[in-house]
Amino acid sequence: MFNSGDTAWILTSTALVLVMTMPGLALFYGGLVRSRNILSVLMHCSAICCVSSVLWFILGYSLAFSGDGAYIGSLSNVFLLDMARESAMGSIPESVFFSFQMTFAVITPALIVGAYVERIKFGAVLLFSSLWLLLVYVPVCHWVWGGGWLADMGILDFAGGIVVHVTAGASALVIAIALGNRSGFPNQISPPHAPWMVMVGAAMLWVGWFGFNAGSALSAGSDAGMALLVTHLSAATASLVWLTIEWIRFGKPSLIGLVTGTIAGLATVTPASGFIGPVGGLVCGLVGGGVCYYCVDLIKGRFNIDDSLDVFAVHGIGGATGTILVAFLALESMSGVGLGDVSAMSQLKTQIIGIGAVLVWSVIITLAIIYITRKLVGLRVELEDEMEGLDYKAHGETGYNL
Amino acid sequence: MKMVTAIIQTHKLDEVREALNAIGVNGMTVTEAKGYGRTKGHTEIYRGAEYQINYIPKFKIDLVVDDSIADNVIETIVKTANTGKIGDGKIFVWDIETAIRIRTGEKDQQAL
Repeated sequence: MFNSGDTAWILTSTALVLVMTMPGLALFYGGLVRSRNILSVLMHCSAICCVSSVLWFILGYSLAFSGDGAYIGSLSNVFLLDMARESAMGSIPESVFFSFQMTFAVITPALIVGAYVERIKFGAVLLFSSLWLLLVYVPVCHWVWGGGWLADMGILDFAGGIVVHVTAGASALVIAIALGNRSGFPNQISPPHAPWMVMVGAAMLWVGWFGFNAGSALSAGSDAGMALLVTHLSAATASLVWLTIEWIRFGKPSLIGLVTGTIAGLATVTPASGFIGPVGGLVCGLVGGGVCYYCVDLIKGRFNIDDSLDVFAVHGIGGATGTILVAFLALESMSGVGLGDVSAMSQLKTQIIGIGAVLVWSVIITLAIIYITRKLVGLRVELEDEMEGLDYKAHGETGYNL
Repeated sequence: MKMVTAIIQTHKLDEVREALNAIGVNGMTVTEAKGYGRTKGHTEIYRGAEYQINYIPKFKIDLVVDDSIADNVIETIVKTANTGKIGDGKIFVWDIETAIRIRTGEKDQQAL
């Protein structure tokens, strides 16, 4: 029957991961935009939370976790028709498993918000996110966690380096390019309006990530314990890496820099968290912090792409980096759980195939969804609305009435 | 009567207020202001990107005083708001025709 310890921990983790989006991610992103768009960002995250939850219940969960198709699940559990109060998933009730997975389906499309802030139509947010959840997230979730073809290949993705961060990161880059840069980017944009809010949001993400990674053990034992430990070590290390780079390069370590490093470390350790040991956590933080820092510069500075809040550079690259690192860090010689009789190089090959396939799928399907969204509701607001701010123009409210 | 408008560094406000109280100034209006002069703003760096901040936060204080203490007020502000660094601000002075206290209708010196 059910294990009450496991059940209690996954119930807790579900709440932790929901807090990552509501309000963690919302505040993290909200502080980074200009004051005239703060509410629109909070609104995007909140609305995506609601839409994704309902779609997950109606269709998404069934297609991701039912049936044994290689590419997509079945429709047998739409509206949870197949689930009884006593249905089990491992040692926990299926209702708990469903809810835990739902919070992942909530945060993943919400991550993409960072790419299109300050210039997207609200209708486009809803339509894009809905289609994206069902056409990108759900299939990939099935491939990796629902018994699909990547699971059969033996891919290692403990908590969503590929399923969450590569999908969201790649699609973020695509929609940022399709939408075009914010007016005035890069030189005439005002700085983040509330760095303190960014830190508060990042802190909630950090704590919530304990549920994200340690909850992905789906049990309350040594796997969850070690996942939590390495998650924290990676976050702290990557924060220090970012801080150090900025201190050397600009003479001052910034708060936004430190907490961006935190998120880079968390994204990087995500796919590896259940398979590696403490030193592995440190390595994830060191490598993830450095690589993501470099990519932020590359995407915005060099390529001049306004992925406004660096979703691809931090989440996409972080998630992919961890997915590659796990092939080595999971080795028993690195105090990981071991790879069985698979060699590290062979595991690496599987990991790279996984990243590549998911990257291609995410990009192509996102392009199609953008095409549909543009036809049906349009993508970008008028220049005048962008100038006056989405808070008032799209939602009829203002963030700060002083 | 003279109107004295002083634009000062934000961290100098309390010091200026105390010094003015000590010489008999009974009130002032304070505005959070932004602007630039010779300082020409500064740069801030977020996630490696440089942002040019063209307008620097200052406090603008406005006070109307009797002619007899005007010079003393100006001297006090110059003395207390001075750090010796660029960006200390400016003072403007001009004549005031009349002043009225709304509650009582008192005029000029009585209204200050």
